[in-house]
Amino acid sequence: MNIQLVWLVPVLPLIGFLINGLFRNSLSKSLTGIIGSGTILLSFVVSLLIFGQVRQPGFESTVVTFFDFISVGKLHIPFAFQIDQLSVLFLLIITGVGFLIHLYSTSYMHEEEAPHFARYFSYLNLFVFSMLLLVLGANFIILFIGWEGVGLCSYLLIGYWFKNLEYGNAAKKAFIMNRIGDLGFLIAVFLMINQFGSVDFSEVFSHASSAKVGTLTAITLLLFVGATGKSAQIPLYTWLPDAMAGPTPVSALIHAATMVTAGIYMIARSHVLYDLTPITQGVVAVIGLLTALLAATIALKQDDIKKVLAYSTVSQLGYMFLGLGVGAYTGAVFHVMTHAFFKALLFLGAGSVIHAMGGEQDMRKMGGLRKWMPVTGFTMLMGCIAIAGIPPFSGFFSKDEILAAAYAKNPVYYAVGLFTSVLTAFYMFRLFAMTFSGKFRGTHDQEHHLHESPSAITIPLVVLAVLAVFAGFLGIPESLAPNAHILGKFLSPVLAGETAGAHEVSHGTEIGLMVLAAVLALATSFFSWSRFKSKPDLAEPTGFGKVLANKWYVDEFYTALIVRPLDLLAQFLVFFEKNIIDGIVNGVGRLVKYGSRQLRLLQSGQVGGYVLLMVVGIIVLFLVELFVKK
Amino acid sequence: MPINYYIFLSVALFCIGVAGVLTRRNAIIIFMCVELMLNAVNLLLVAFSKMHYHALAATNPHAGIDGQIFVFFIMVVAAAEVSVGLAIIVMMYRNTHSIDVNFLNRLKH
Repeated sequence: MNIQLVWLVPVLPLIGFLINGLFRNSLSKSLTGIIGSGTILLSFVVSLLIFGQVRQPGFESTVVTFFDFISVGKLHIPFAFQIDQLSVLFLLIITGVGFLIHLYSTSYMHEEEAPHFARYFSYLNLFVFSMLLLVLGANFIILFIGWEGVGLCSYLLIGYWFKNLEYGNAAKKAFIMNRIGDLGFLIAVFLMINQFGSVDFSEVFSHASSAKVGTLTAITLLLFVGATGKSAQIPLYTWLPDAMAGPTPVSALIHAATMVTAGIYMIARSHVLYDLTPITQGVVAVIGLLTALLAATIALKQDDIKKVLAYSTVSQLGYMFLGLGVGAYTGAVFHVMTHAFFKALLFLGAGSVIHAMGGEQDMRKMGGLRKWMPVTGFTMLMGCIAIAGIPPFSGFFSKDEILAAAYAKNPVYYAVGLFTSVLTAFYMFRLFAMTFSGKFRGTHDQEHHLHESPSAITIPLVVLAVLAVFAGFLGIPESLAPNAHILGKFLSPVLAGETAGAHEVSHGTEIGLMVLAAVLALATSFFSWSRFKSKPDLAEPTGFGKVLANKWYVDEFYTALIVRPLDLLAQFLVFFEKNIIDGIVNGVGRLVKYGSRQLRLLQSGQVGGYVLLMVVGIIVLFLVELFVKK
Repeated sequence: MPINYYIFLSVALFCIGVAGVLTRRNAIIIFMCVELMLNAVNLLLVAFSKMHYHALAATNPHAGIDGQIFVFFIMVVAAAEVSVGLAIIVMMYRNTHSIDVNFLNRLKH
């Protein structure tokens, strides 16, 4: 496999997008599904072949340049792809999980009409294309193109059911929140061009150490602003829960497994810059930690099954940023991978449940579904165990790596992180218990209708469940088995020189922390499950619970702080425009009209009148000449 | 003869012309009054030309000649104008069966 053929990876989904998008009115649903999923599968195969190349010993990071993209003065930005361990890992996650979700979608979206079905798949393919561009780009501009592309597709897919006004508003919210972040990203790129005269990863990173720390801090902070938008961190996280308006597979692919991890990818990619700026690292860690905690508390009291998962995603993303902030880049990327597996699994499982319930998302009306949906129930259980951090499932290992690094940096980080992880276990098993255990609480009609989903839905679930269970063994910590961290070794050429913090903790302490986390996760999970199994959380929340159920009133706060003043300003401007500017413009017109109506009377058409005026004028001129002395 | 007499005569002629244009409604009479004004001016030009010739003949044998040339110009232009004007009046009569200028106020609409 020639590595130069890497362009096939993003081009294949692009072809799928073009075919499905252009011929959506004539393609049959099955053909659309085959094209949509097939192109991603081919992409996955190509990615696997490239992965085979990259894995070989002696492989060095390769930049494949295709053409000159921008050439202005001294600035040259080639259209180039960078192939190294990090980008290949993301390629595999995106195309692999992406394919499973495409496959799942063929069944989940089957009730849509053919043109809309094709529209859905074309958007999805375009998304995969943009995401691949994002991770393959060899400079910040190509990355930014992908970055904007995924934002656009996210908007299109959240608003897929555009006839529903609320969904359309959710789409707009996501787009606008992302734009705020993108502005930061863009300014960072401009600063970079100003500072280094280049946006190539290799150029920028090799000259980073010679730049002033102040400039670097500005660049990294602005890049992080971009990441808070795309990866839903405080203060720009509120779009992600609303993004659940989109179809469930979209939530799984875009708002859990891939797009929202773009910020983590970007920071891991530019970790050289972040290593040089401890201030930014601190900010990243604290923001990540706060987001993780805040989102986890909100998730405790949500009743919509997708909302719980959405807040859980925000919380897990916060974890990843904590990892990035404390320098555990491998840990963060590891968590991206495991999270992609188990969160895609959980979302797809939730989708399967919603499908069976005929569109119902409220967990209070579910319960006991394990009886009717054994495969979904079992795979969901695997996902819950994985995300709760119970060994030896994957979430335990990746979370533990981040927590260990956090402990080495600052025990407070660790304590808050651990508390959040306990909350995670609690709300995940609340979700599981309310959905799958106990008695069915829906209508009789719904009960009659319950069924296990078709195989196009269950196969991705099973594959993802296997991955969610076993992926953790790719990153067994040093303290348990030396040299067993396969992922860390694989990524070390790209993320070299990091995890310095992690090694400061002795193996004994690390094992102690691990056991503590595992025991707490297990105990909380069991407690939560046994509590909600018999007595589901049906009552209206009161007191503090109500604050949590209303998401700490953050949306209301933003509305009061930003939206309302802007609205008032807009109202004032509308008033100003309508009355003052329009008044001036219309006034000028009215004056001319009035004046001309008066002047018109002079044109009587009587020749004698004109001549008389002429004579009078001449006489006046004579008199002036005679009597006015100069 | 003093120049004053010429001036009085042409002013009188001119005023008669103006009064005629202002008061009469018949297009042909108005036309005649316009001619009267032109000829008043011609008379004045010729008178001044003669006056200049008498005053400056010693130094400049061509003194005052331009005034007479003006008069010829005016006569030629007036002749051309008459032909156009009469043609207009004829057309006007054909269309309206009248040569009353007050009747010609349709352009304002």
